[in-house]
Amino acid sequence: MANAPLNVRSLQDQLQSLASREGIARWDLGASRSSSASVQVDRGEAKQLKASQRSSITIRVWNQQGLVGITSTSDLSDSGLEKALMGAYQASGFGNPDDVPGFSPLATAPEPDLHRPLQDAQGIQSLLIQLLDAEKQLLDRHPAIGTLPYNAMNEGSSERIYLNSEGALRQAQRTQASIFLMARAEESGRKPRSGGAVRIALGSRDLDLEGCINEAAERTISHLNYQPIDTGRYLVCFTPEAFLDLIGSFSSMLNARAVLDGVSLSKADSIGDQLAVPFFNLTDNGLHPAHVGAMPFDGEGTPTRALPLIREGCLENFLHSEATARHFGVKPTGHAGMGAKVSVGPDWFEVSRTPSMSTGADHLDHTTTPDSFVLIESLSALHAGVKASQGAFSLPFDGWLVKGGERISVEAATVAGDIRELLRSIVHLEPESVITHEGVSPYVWVDGLAITGEA
Amino acid sequence: MQSTLQKSLAGFNDLDPGHHPWRQRLDSLLNIGVSAGADLVEVFLERTDHLGVLAEQDKITSVSPSFGMGAGIRVFRSGRDGFVSTNDLSDQGLEDALQQALAMLQLDTSTLASSGGFDGLGPLRDYGSSKNNWLGRTPDLLTITQRLLEGTDCLEKRGQHLDVRRGSFARDWQEVLVAASDGTFARDIRLHQSSGLSVLAADGEHRSSIARRYGSTDRPDDLCNWNVDASAQEVCDSAVKMLRADYVDGGQMPVVLANRFGGVIFHEACGHLLETTQVERGSTPFANSIGESIAHSAVTAIDEGMSGGAFGSISMDDEGMEPQKTVLIENGILQCFLSDRAGEMRTGHARTGSGRRQSHGFAAASRMRNTYIAAGPHSIDDLISSVDHGLYCKSMGAGSVGATGQFNFSVEEGYLIKNGELGQPVKGATLIGDAKEVMPRISMCADDLELAAGYCGSVSGSVFVTVGQPHVKVDSITVGGR
Repeated sequence: MANAPLNVRSLQDQLQSLASREGIARWDLGASRSSSASVQVDRGEAKQLKASQRSSITIRVWNQQGLVGITSTSDLSDSGLEKALMGAYQASGFGNPDDVPGFSPLATAPEPDLHRPLQDAQGIQSLLIQLLDAEKQLLDRHPAIGTLPYNAMNEGSSERIYLNSEGALRQAQRTQASIFLMARAEESGRKPRSGGAVRIALGSRDLDLEGCINEAAERTISHLNYQPIDTGRYLVCFTPEAFLDLIGSFSSMLNARAVLDGVSLSKADSIGDQLAVPFFNLTDNGLHPAHVGAMPFDGEGTPTRALPLIREGCLENFLHSEATARHFGVKPTGHAGMGAKVSVGPDWFEVSRTPSMSTGADHLDHTTTPDSFVLIESLSALHAGVKASQGAFSLPFDGWLVKGGERISVEAATVAGDIRELLRSIVHLEPESVITHEGVSPYVWVDGLAITGEA
Repeated sequence: MQSTLQKSLAGFNDLDPGHHPWRQRLDSLLNIGVSAGADLVEVFLERTDHLGVLAEQDKITSVSPSFGMGAGIRVFRSGRDGFVSTNDLSDQGLEDALQQALAMLQLDTSTLASSGGFDGLGPLRDYGSSKNNWLGRTPDLLTITQRLLEGTDCLEKRGQHLDVRRGSFARDWQEVLVAASDGTFARDIRLHQSSGLSVLAADGEHRSSIARRYGSTDRPDDLCNWNVDASAQEVCDSAVKMLRADYVDGGQMPVVLANRFGGVIFHEACGHLLETTQVERGSTPFANSIGESIAHSAVTAIDEGMSGGAFGSISMDDEGMEPQKTVLIENGILQCFLSDRAGEMRTGHARTGSGRRQSHGFAAASRMRNTYIAAGPHSIDDLISSVDHGLYCKSMGAGSVGATGQFNFSVEEGYLIKNGELGQPVKGATLIGDAKEVMPRISMCADDLELAAGYCGSVSGSVFVTVGQPHVKVDSITVGGR
């Protein structure tokens, strides 16, 4: 069950009192608190059981010159709050006069009605029993599956708060549970292979354990019979997870903060540019019903909302904080963090096809097409192989070479390209949208991508 | 806010047992745990003070201080462990956390034995006593901002086509106190500082982004000794060379990896696989290979705790043990694994002072510290001239290794090698491979060992590490490109 919510009024009074004493007229605060329990198992035995209670508070103050300083702490005592407030005040002397964040004009606007009922926790012993059973089922699926080197089942609750000296006061609680199964299989004389799956839900009772086991097993087994792939250019189909990972790695091209910092592929006047093929649409929708971790407001208190980013291939909006929105003359979009230099980031991507628009390649279907193609299941090393400010990527992947409907797992290969070329080289979006744990997307087909293999 | 918590923490200032009755509190706590039937109880207390500063172009754009505290309590019973972390360091908070950890292992203090055999904490080993004033000796904000602006100014003077110039600084101060029911009682203060410069160069459609980081530990005034001008020159030289570089053609080829951060190849390809954490998971191919040849005879690899100010250096690990110099591979033969407390219990490999964690929020795990391939007999020219057609990787990016031992890392700055000589710059390369296959292919090591600072993310969070090597040659590896 979720923790009793923090007394936000009391916290507001406490900070107001401290700020008044120090002559600080303008301040705001973001806080988060979470508790969680998780288990890991290893071949029929509990390996590690974990629980945590975490708290953190971030305080910003505006000094007499209007400059902003910030300090974060996990020390929630009176003295901790006081120290944080004074630290923020000291840091404000080094605030950037050319980029002063302000309060969001929407920090007191009505919040969206997110239906995320809090779920009771089952308790760690229950999680352990279920995970041991899940491990057993997965180990039994194939004799080559010997271990689950990475596995975890988790449940927990979290709370987010935003309040400021002008009376904004927001508070939200959420419960969340997840299961992650990564199996490792090895056959005599062959290299080990692995495959994994994840499921997320509001509570651990709602987790799709069977689906997670099935998916992890299918993926692992499907990679056992692997072969090297010839280096060359291929017709490629990305699974929804893989495509969302890729587009997420290049989200700086949709990020107003990155645009202003000069590290985005986009420019301030890029709105309206044709970024992708006309049948491609991208929305950031933090309100999507499948977004388990959805919160009704961002780090500045701005309400969460659905924001079309690319419509019919054209760049329509950037993600904004209060400061970037002010610079661009628009409203904040609900994608801000909290900081001296406020970060901006996406929430929950929805990739979709323009309604009633044919892609010209409607015969492509990753389950039935007779064409030869590479089906990319997952991308690795996104932190290393993506150069977001250059548009380039060179990434190891797991996937299959599909010939005449037969899938042959690809051994050790990379896919490389440029995100701008890729978006313009999409040849097909399959009609069915797939909900994943990180967004919604159909299978996405791209032609002419460079793949390097060991052959 | 929780009034009890506020009151209990009001007097919390430090972890020095001389100032606070930590010995008695920890003694009591450990006794409860052992009496409830735990094989071993361990408490990790932590206090942190972090500062991050960012300069962009010619302005300071972010000053981000943070501080915190917390405890991680771990209970072992029959090879399994329960771990609880909390920000509440009150008596009640710590006992609640212990009770929760005990309950995870189905241990209950209501069935207390009269004594669990806990003999009390041993004498304090205080590695922090000589470091108490280190935080105060670190540069003040004004000095930090001046050094960073000096850095971005140097970039402006040295660079061409620079759209973005950045300088960054991070100071991580940490005070820890470790107590365990085997009598361990140790305190330390750690100070890690890093500074870096990065640029984005752009000219029409051509772009390059280059970053360099410099890090040290146990050197409070290190920022003052930073040669900003030389660093800026290095970054700008790389940026201009890479600006119009072509994308590399992928394929199988020999590569020569430069010294310093080139050591990431050993870190990812093999180092992680020599942690007992991987032995426990069954995810290393080397689990039963002690005494066997797993690498070319040219390779000797070492992981050590103390390397004179290197970023991964520690006076004690996060389980209170003094770090050892651990020879992992000698002339290609696997000598031993990096082991922590849990690793020793579960795999039998003796602890090496390698139990590390990002913070109190993580249980310690076996992790690398300062890891490097030892110098060999060759010159750089020997290596380059031995390659007819291949790639010279002058600067490496980040990397990772997966559950099957497949590793990867990116090449930030690369050059073709043709007929034994360096050729044109190329970009967009990613090296991938399998540890068992690649380690025997590291056939030549040069005589120019150097270390480089980095961060390593794994099961116990992100920790400070050093990677290093001399120039090395890999006879054949998959180079991903276009």
